[in-house]
Amino acid sequence: MKRIFVLLVAAFLMSSAGAIDTDKRFDDPKLQARYEQLISEVRCLQCQNQSIKDSNVSLAADLRREIARMIEEGKSDEDIADFLVVRYGEFALYRPRTTGKTLVLWIAPFLLVLLGVFALARVVKHRISLPIGDDSETKG
Amino acid sequence: MNRYLWPLIAVVALLVFLVMGLRHGDPRALPSPFIGKPAPQFELPTLKNPDVTIGTQHMAGNYAIVNVWATWCVMCRQEHGFLLDLAASGAIPIYGINWRDSRPEAIRWLQELGDPYLASAYDADGRVGIDWGVYGAPETFLVDPDGTVVYKHLGPLDPVIWQREFVSRMNTGGAD
Repeated sequence: MKRIFVLLVAAFLMSSAGAIDTDKRFDDPKLQARYEQLISEVRCLQCQNQSIKDSNVSLAADLRREIARMIEEGKSDEDIADFLVVRYGEFALYRPRTTGKTLVLWIAPFLLVLLGVFALARVVKHRISLPIGDDSETKG
Repeated sequence: MNRYLWPLIAVVALLVFLVMGLRHGDPRALPSPFIGKPAPQFELPTLKNPDVTIGTQHMAGNYAIVNVWATWCVMCRQEHGFLLDLAASGAIPIYGINWRDSRPEAIRWLQELGDPYLASAYDADGRVGIDWGVYGAPETFLVDPDGTVVYKHLGPLDPVIWQREFVSRMNTGGAD
């Protein structure tokens, strides 16, 4: 048991040893905050389901470098998002923009909730109309 | 009957989505935003000779494939034999982009395994890889004579994929 615990601790320490380049890129805290916000919203394409902030694969490092460069050049967040979408598609952004293609992503949850509310209302309405003590519907 | 109709429709719809998801193939493969668009311009030193550059303009006038590879990429080794066969058949010019690699190791790889490429561009820092939307080697782009990207394949090539995805698109003039 103790040995397993030691192994687990060792594994944990090893995992943090391969840390990501968390060095500050910018002296200006505002720019640094913008940089960190941006990289936390870009998907790592090589290791999908991680952001490039959380990933230490080579492509994520490349993209962090490119984003830092664009911030230095004074590009807007919109410019940077465009840069990524042109190359990797909307999938690269964790918050896809509302365009024709991604509209369904934004609307579908609300439609589904509406549908659920509608169905629930119908069921409740139907049950209320049943005489008390009549559970024939629920036993079906 | 009507009680079960809507739940039944919902379940069937979910099953349809499930089957579609399962049949989708490689879940990592993303639709390339470059299909139907001009291939991204680049100009890079060649792998074998840093003084000579290779770029998009060298590929114009013919169908060509651009293969992104690296020595650290296991699947690249897997497809290498097919690339050699393809080069030997003379079916299409093959250009390489050696992506995030070490020049000596890449040159040694080509010496040991054979070199199917007319030329390989040496993209050490991955800058051109980003411009081409590369996210996992090997990736292979089919570029038409006008320099438009017709198709992109993620993963190793083999004769079946070549026939099905590449040759068919060349015969039809690339429209798809």
